[in-house]
Amino acid sequence: MSNEHTRIEGETIDERLLVKRANRQDLRFAVIGLCVLIVAMVALLALIADFMLDGVPRINFDFFVNYPSRKPEQAGILSAWVGSTLVMLTTAALAVPIGVAAGVYLEEYARKNWITDIIEINVTNLAGVPSIIYGLLALGLFVQTLRLGQTILVAGLTLALLILPIIIVTTREALRSIPLEIREAAFGLGADRWQAVWMYLLPAARPGILTGTIVGMSRAIGETAPIITIGALTFIAFLPPAPIQLEFPFVNFQWLNSPFTVMPIQMFNWISRPQVGFHVAAAATGVILLAMTLLMNGLAIYIRYRIRRGMK
Amino acid sequence: MSLKIATLTAISLLLTLGTASAQQKIIAVDGSSTVFPITEAMAEEFQKANKGIKVTVGIGGTGGGFKKFCRGETDISDASRPIKDSERADCKKNNVDYIELPVALDALTVMVNPKNDWVKEMTVAELKKIWEPEAQGKITNWKQVRDSFPDKPLKLYGAGVDSGTYDYFTAAIVGKEHSSRGDFTASEDDNVLVQGIAGDVNALGFFGLAYYLENTSKLKAVAIKLKVDSKAVMPSVEAAKDGTYQPLSRPIFIYVSRKSAEAKPEVAKFIEFYLDKKNAAKLVKEVGYVPLPDNAYDVFLKRFKERALGTAFHGSKIGVSVEELLKTPLVN
Repeated sequence: MSNEHTRIEGETIDERLLVKRANRQDLRFAVIGLCVLIVAMVALLALIADFMLDGVPRINFDFFVNYPSRKPEQAGILSAWVGSTLVMLTTAALAVPIGVAAGVYLEEYARKNWITDIIEINVTNLAGVPSIIYGLLALGLFVQTLRLGQTILVAGLTLALLILPIIIVTTREALRSIPLEIREAAFGLGADRWQAVWMYLLPAARPGILTGTIVGMSRAIGETAPIITIGALTFIAFLPPAPIQLEFPFVNFQWLNSPFTVMPIQMFNWISRPQVGFHVAAAATGVILLAMTLLMNGLAIYIRYRIRRGMK
Repeated sequence: MSLKIATLTAISLLLTLGTASAQQKIIAVDGSSTVFPITEAMAEEFQKANKGIKVTVGIGGTGGGFKKFCRGETDISDASRPIKDSERADCKKNNVDYIELPVALDALTVMVNPKNDWVKEMTVAELKKIWEPEAQGKITNWKQVRDSFPDKPLKLYGAGVDSGTYDYFTAAIVGKEHSSRGDFTASEDDNVLVQGIAGDVNALGFFGLAYYLENTSKLKAVAIKLKVDSKAVMPSVEAAKDGTYQPLSRPIFIYVSRKSAEAKPEVAKFIEFYLDKKNAAKLVKEVGYVPLPDNAYDVFLKRFKERALGTAFHGSKIGVSVEELLKTPLVN
């Protein structure tokens, strides 16, 4: 009896030691994690603060409505921000429908066998391929083989390819995380597979899909390498033809075929110029690029919030 | 649902219509980032004066620019060195004839830190001793360059090895194009070199005059002596122009496709604007390069109007004076 008692006591002591050790380890990990986080955040904030200090005073109305110029104080980013916006629109219009459709097909329709396994592995791997590779692919395929030229359409196609894997993966994940009950309820009401996907699953997956799209778009807007590879231009002092016109048919898609430049390229060019004025303009461009990315993210968060509220 | 399909069809129809009818007056220029500021300035002023004509300028590098140019994708190619024989063959294969037009001079400048009080001038032979491939790992101290220099480590900075600047500097100093020691800080971005030299008392480096003129408070230029007994010349716009800054001043070019010049009147108009001596003298100077003498622009404008084809070079030629540029016969 007394023997058993000590054994139990011994165990409790052991357990306490174990818990203590685990707690210590937790604490140690938390401290290391916090240090890493602080170092990373300080570096990031220092960088942002540095170019904010340089760039923000340079931003004024003229900076948005002027074309690039040889005179740093007159240089503006009109062609760059219009180019970036149009390229982003094209990218989204191409990547979102294709990416979501591919995700839905792989998750809901495709039979699970070795072919889909291979596709799945490939899609996941493609998400990690360096962007320059997409640029080289686009240069060979769109520019040289299909002879589409260095246009907004080609840039949109290239960046769409780049973010397609991200959208496919997040779409699948969003679909997978929908509670089984919703699916079962849909089928229980007599919906076929398409009706279930279109009316129940996609609406429920929208917040997740949206997040994936924005992550992809935020990556695409800052990409320089693939756009330079396809041969985007640096100095452009005109805008693409307007998408909306007064005469019939009121919309105009010629802008897709127009040469363009984008914000990261404009920045890259200015930063390598000798005059300090251009370096300041580059910092200002960086601030605006950052603001555009934050704006896109903010918009996504707002839409997601609206959708979530609407669903409840 | 059918409404959606109808809209989609309509949109795709418009899309094809739109792409088919897109034909604008666009002059496509690509090539060297060294020549870019000049072409950019020209394009800016030209477009102000000629509404409706659009000029696009890229920075694919001299080599990248020629690749596109010889495929017929661009009308004009910016080049910080003359066309190479391999590129000439490329152009010939695709039946792209070109007119070679020097547009300005660039003076490569050798720079040290402003706190460096021992260097005022250097000879080409001394620079060769520092930069030749044999110097790698051996010439690491200022004293090894000249006995009167202090016993201090020598830190080297230079243009990236893919640039036309590097090609020309090695050809002029080492005597062999694209050949130098490898143990120096190389950067394609000249601002990195400016930072490096400005922060290191023992530094020595080289890059284009424009970057020196913008940073005269942070850098000190070294006067160059062609031979031991010749006069030391400081790099400057004037010295490059009158040909006394040797061997480090070099011509930079644009190449115009004959087909574009003849089929597209706007291209001819742009070149005539580019080589107009009033525009050239003003704009080239404004962006930090050295304009050619006025009569040179007249000669090259005439060369363009006569569509004189071909190049006057076989690779970088060292110490070309403007007079020689004007006289050298063209080879197609």
